Amino acid sequence: MAQLIKDGAIIDNEWTRLTVEQIEESGIPASGKIIVPLATWQSQRDEFIARGNVAVWLQAGEEPALIADDLEKLSLIAINFPIFRDGRGYSYARELRQRYNYQGEVRSIGDVLQDQLFYMWRCGFNAYEVRADRDINEALAAMKGFSVTYQADVHEPTPIYRRRPDWRVEQ
Amino acid sequence: MYVYQDYDQQLLNERVAEFRDQTNRYLAGKLSEEEFLVLRLQNGLYVQRYAPMMRIAVPYGMLSSTQVRRLAYITREWDKGYAHVSTRQNIQLNWPELEDVPDILAELAKVQMHGIQTSGNCVRNTTTDEYAGTNPQEIEDPRPWCEIIRQWSTFNPEFAHLPRKFKIAVNAVPGQDTAVIGVHDIGVDIVRGENGETAFDIYAGGGLGRTPMVGQLIGKAIPWQHLLSYIESILRVYNKYGIRDNKFKARIKIIVKAMGADRIRELTEREFELLKDGPMTLTEEEVTRIKACFPLPSYESLSDQPAELEQALAENAAFKRWYNTNTLAHKQAGYRAVTLTLKKTGRAPGDITAEELEAVADLADAHSFGEVRNTHQQNMVLADVAQKDLFSVWLALDKLGFATPNLKLLTDIVACPGGDFCSLANAKSIPIAEAIQRYYDDMDYLHDLGEVDINISGCMNACGHHHIGHIGILGVDKKGREYYQITLGGRGDSTSRIGEKLGPSFESDDVTSVIDKIIKLYVEKRADGESFIDAYERLGMEPFKERVYGTAN
Ligand code: SF4
Repeated sequence: MAQLIKDGAIIDNEWTRLTVEQIEESGIPASGKIIVPLATWQSQRDEFIARGNVAVWLQAGEEPALIADDLEKLSLIAINFPIFRDGRGYSYARELRQRYNYQGEVRSIGDVLQDQLFYMWRCGFNAYEVRADRDINEALAAMKGFSVTYQADVHEPTPIYRRRPDWRVEQ
Repeated sequence: MYVYQDYDQQLLNERVAEFRDQTNRYLAGKLSEEEFLVLRLQNGLYVQRYAPMMRIAVPYGMLSSTQVRRLAYITREWDKGYAHVSTRQNIQLNWPELEDVPDILAELAKVQMHGIQTSGNCVRNTTTDEYAGTNPQEIEDPRPWCEIIRQWSTFNPEFAHLPRKFKIAVNAVPGQDTAVIGVHDIGVDIVRGENGETAFDIYAGGGLGRTPMVGQLIGKAIPWQHLLSYIESILRVYNKYGIRDNKFKARIKIIVKAMGADRIRELTEREFELLKDGPMTLTEEEVTRIKACFPLPSYESLSDQPAELEQALAENAAFKRWYNTNTLAHKQAGYRAVTLTLKKTGRAPGDITAEELEAVADLADAHSFGEVRNTHQQNMVLADVAQKDLFSVWLALDKLGFATPNLKLLTDIVACPGGDFCSLANAKSIPIAEAIQRYYDDMDYLHDLGEVDINISGCMNACGHHHIGHIGILGVDKKGREYYQITLGGRGDSTSRIGEKLGPSFESDDVTSVIDKIIKLYVEKRADGESFIDAYERLGMEPFKERVYGTAN
């Protein structure tokens, strides 16, 4: 089973992500934990709620406002990075946590690489599907590289100027 | 000058370690070209035509003499013994080896310097008036606000992968645009709010490059407490809605234009509602602490126009000319701000050798409280020189070749590295600057012409700010040959304005004679005391067009 980093540990990935094409081809599996595209969720919302074990993934360009009303029904929102340098997902994660106060899992999927993880964590992601061709252990180890942050973030409610002299990051 | 706290230094050290690891992973084949590109750009490392180019951040242009000496050392140790002052008030090295960059960064970190966010699609170095803190006309010293923005923007996790680069500048002089804020992604204009306290007019959507535009007012008189919340709101709107699939449409100016200032304001205000009065709100205590990092130098109590100065002015015409051109009035009685013109004919504008850097550092220690500033016009400034010492400073600068009395005159040319160094260039810019400087070698004539800004860029990226030159020169590619397009009427002085195209472009050999025609027409038509740009605005483009292209068409 594929693995991912969640809350600072490497665990098995129990969720299967489905694309629109996969769903068109093979339909929705009757059981198992699945992550479906936003459009699929919107079109079959009631069936999915009845089925359970369904999460939603947002494509870059699909902002959290589009799923805001359903957040309490979802235990996981995944945010896709079509390419690592497309930074929209950082704002989406932050909005999920801070505008909508979402408490469930926020997972990064797609082009997820070691050098992004610390920033993702700061913006509110707590799970990361590191790209399959990369060493997930190295990626996890590298997340601890920084002990200083200037700005407030999802974990640290105050910017450095309000938390001096105790400025160290708690991860 | 802002001195690092323990956490600033710690962060920098951790960043150096991170980049060393990233470089090792790249060299070991664990990071792709494309992945490493983004990481190295955010540490200031470009790969250019002949070698990597490294851009070193100089926050709002301020350098200590210790830093200047370290730069000299670095250029000797890892480069060819010279550095380049950029139009973002930064320092560039043209010849470092990629493998050496982690060591260079470690060396820089020892003197609180780095290359963080000097390139890449992130928030860049915040710039301001090079005479900040000494300018008698400023509302207040803009540098503490720049430092506050610097800390907010450094490794801001949400804005490390924006659609495109993002530049912020701050102006504090009413009726002037000392930092060309009008052509920045965000321009911050310090004003007085209704309660008499500091407030900010915040503009967005200015920028040069392919589609040059002047920014529009988004936030009016934003109280100082909310500076960061407001800027962050604009950045979030941009990060979410900026165009990402076309590099040429990716700057914020494109969405400001397409969506309109009102819509951008509405979206910004929606974010601002959430952030306003939250933890990002600036406190009196914090602003006071940062302001205390920019203390007044320990000025002597002196009076203006001391006898030594008066005598030297009376006796030495060359000194007098330099005094009038290259030194500026100061807030503090008995002092002047001195600009060193780094525009030696035959050398790239803004270039300075290791020996010269050291000499400048010595002068700063002796005469300007150990501080030096870079200007966005690729010069350097000793901001706090006692008037009684000006004559000896002039002698020293004259020996160095930095006392050419041409500040803001036609030969004080701004030019990007261009085709000699930059892999993006369509054409060279340095030889064009040189040809113009050689042609206009008569200092009396230059002084008679008065202020003329010439800006040269080697391509549309506009690093030489050609759009805001009174005369702008842009390198273009015509069937594989280097041509130059000329614009007139740009401004980056009292206001920001984009120049208009004169007409079809010219071959490199013709550029100087075209400039000459333009200048001669100005001399013929000017009213008494009328500057080039004022005359242009009165006359319009037509007569210049006719003169340059002839009346036949
Ligand atoms: S304007 Fe073009 S040629 Fe000049 S430095 Fe910038 S990218 Fe290079």
